[in-house]
Amino acid sequence: MWRIALRLLFFLLIVKPFFLLMVGVNVRNRERLPHQGPALIVANHNSHLDALVLVAMLPLPLLSRTRPAASAEYFLKGGWRAWFATKVIGIIPVATGGGRPHAEVLGEVRDVLQVGDIVIFFPEGTRGEPESLGKLKTGIAWLAQQLPAVPVYPVRLQGLGKVLPKGDWLPVPFFCDAWVAEPLRWEGDRQRFMAALTASLGG
Amino acid sequence: MISVTLTSPAAVVLGGVWVLLLVATVVVWRIAPAPGSELRQRIRGWWMIVALSSLALVLSRTTALVFFGAISFLALKEYLTLIPTRKSDRRVLFWAYLSIPMQYYWIGIEWYGMFIIFIPVYLFLLLPVAMVLIGDTQGFLRAAGTLHWGLMSMVFSLSHLAFLLVLPQGQYPQISGLGLVLFLLLLTELNDVAQFCWGKLFGKHRISPTVSPNKTVEGAVGGMLTTLALSVLLAPWLTPFGMRDALFAGALIGVAGFFGDLSLSALKRDLGIKDSGNLLPGHGGILDRVDSLTYTAPLFFHFTRYLYF
Repeated sequence: MWRIALRLLFFLLIVKPFFLLMVGVNVRNRERLPHQGPALIVANHNSHLDALVLVAMLPLPLLSRTRPAASAEYFLKGGWRAWFATKVIGIIPVATGGGRPHAEVLGEVRDVLQVGDIVIFFPEGTRGEPESLGKLKTGIAWLAQQLPAVPVYPVRLQGLGKVLPKGDWLPVPFFCDAWVAEPLRWEGDRQRFMAALTASLGG
Repeated sequence: MISVTLTSPAAVVLGGVWVLLLVATVVVWRIAPAPGSELRQRIRGWWMIVALSSLALVLSRTTALVFFGAISFLALKEYLTLIPTRKSDRRVLFWAYLSIPMQYYWIGIEWYGMFIIFIPVYLFLLLPVAMVLIGDTQGFLRAAGTLHWGLMSMVFSLSHLAFLLVLPQGQYPQISGLGLVLFLLLLTELNDVAQFCWGKLFGKHRISPTVSPNKTVEGAVGGMLTTLALSVLLAPWLTPFGMRDALFAGALIGVAGFFGDLSLSALKRDLGIKDSGNLLPGHGGILDRVDSLTYTAPLFFHFTRYLYF
């Protein structure tokens, strides 16, 4: 309970005012975003701010049921960062790399979706260079195939990699954009699914 | 302190602006019946601008300074978002943003000497020092030059608007800083609108086809004459100007506004974009709205200060 309260306070008092007053994020087609779970929100990834802005875009009542999938290796190193990521933000740790089967790596993400939560997912797997989409990994297609009833909402983000790039801690204000694309659903063909997703994310 | 009473000339003029906008809204709803049309959006944008600036100006001097500081911040942020910047300059850009509260603080404590040299002298020298200490020489001149141009336009020039509020008004008890600000804002923005309208109605001969193809001789001349007339009409209410200076101020705002607009058009053309952003419905970005002010504010300020304060 106190975790949800802390998360609510963090988003209301810090994240939302920061994006509204300091950064200025222009969300195109916000009405397309889901109003309830389960749903996968999928975006290109350049900055730690990506997950925060995607959570902040959703209606506040969904906050307690929205979980970003994030690298276990990076966020579970222990200390303050691990506490904050798991307890306050509520990440689902994903052990990337190692060539293990999808079911093992993404099993927890699937379970979270199955109970009706919203998952924020970055199919590039890691933060790439700003404004250039890296090759998408196929884990997202596996998730969509496992849960064909769950809609996938692609959101293309631009500018956040300039505000807070990889390896820096000081945010610098720039206007940013977020384009919400039409939701995708699994239709049985992995290549078509990946191509449609890549196109929606500006690749 | 700004003292606004309901009967002060500035308050009457401000009320007039609301009436004018109400009339314009009715007219636009008649001639542009389609909801969501560009003209209707533009009127909506004007309501946002007029409501916010009225509130900020009437409440207190502090809210007015914070409001102008926020405009400088948005304008600088839009500019830095549009132009190419170097990743190595992130710290320098951070310092550049911090100069905004400092510049408006000098105005708040009425320190004219610091207000007038802080950006043109100190930041001009210090920000390149910060770049040199970081050590990236690739594109140094371009980075230092473009950043300084942005600070001069969006922070230094625009902040002159705010300094009008704190000019010592002892010799002219009937004139308020608020009146001078209203005079400059109204004339600059109406000059833009009038040039646009005259151009739409009678525009034939293009002035600068390479920079801004919509600007015509007819629009510019019509707009300037409208601004002259408005200046003569409003000056006795809001300024200490006699007839001669009212005419001169009107001409100054008309010409400067025209070139401020063109200089931002040249910037947008250079970068290959149409609107600078999408902060204001129907207007584009904030730079599309303050472009003329970056020229009129410092010129009008120094004209007024030299002759009267």
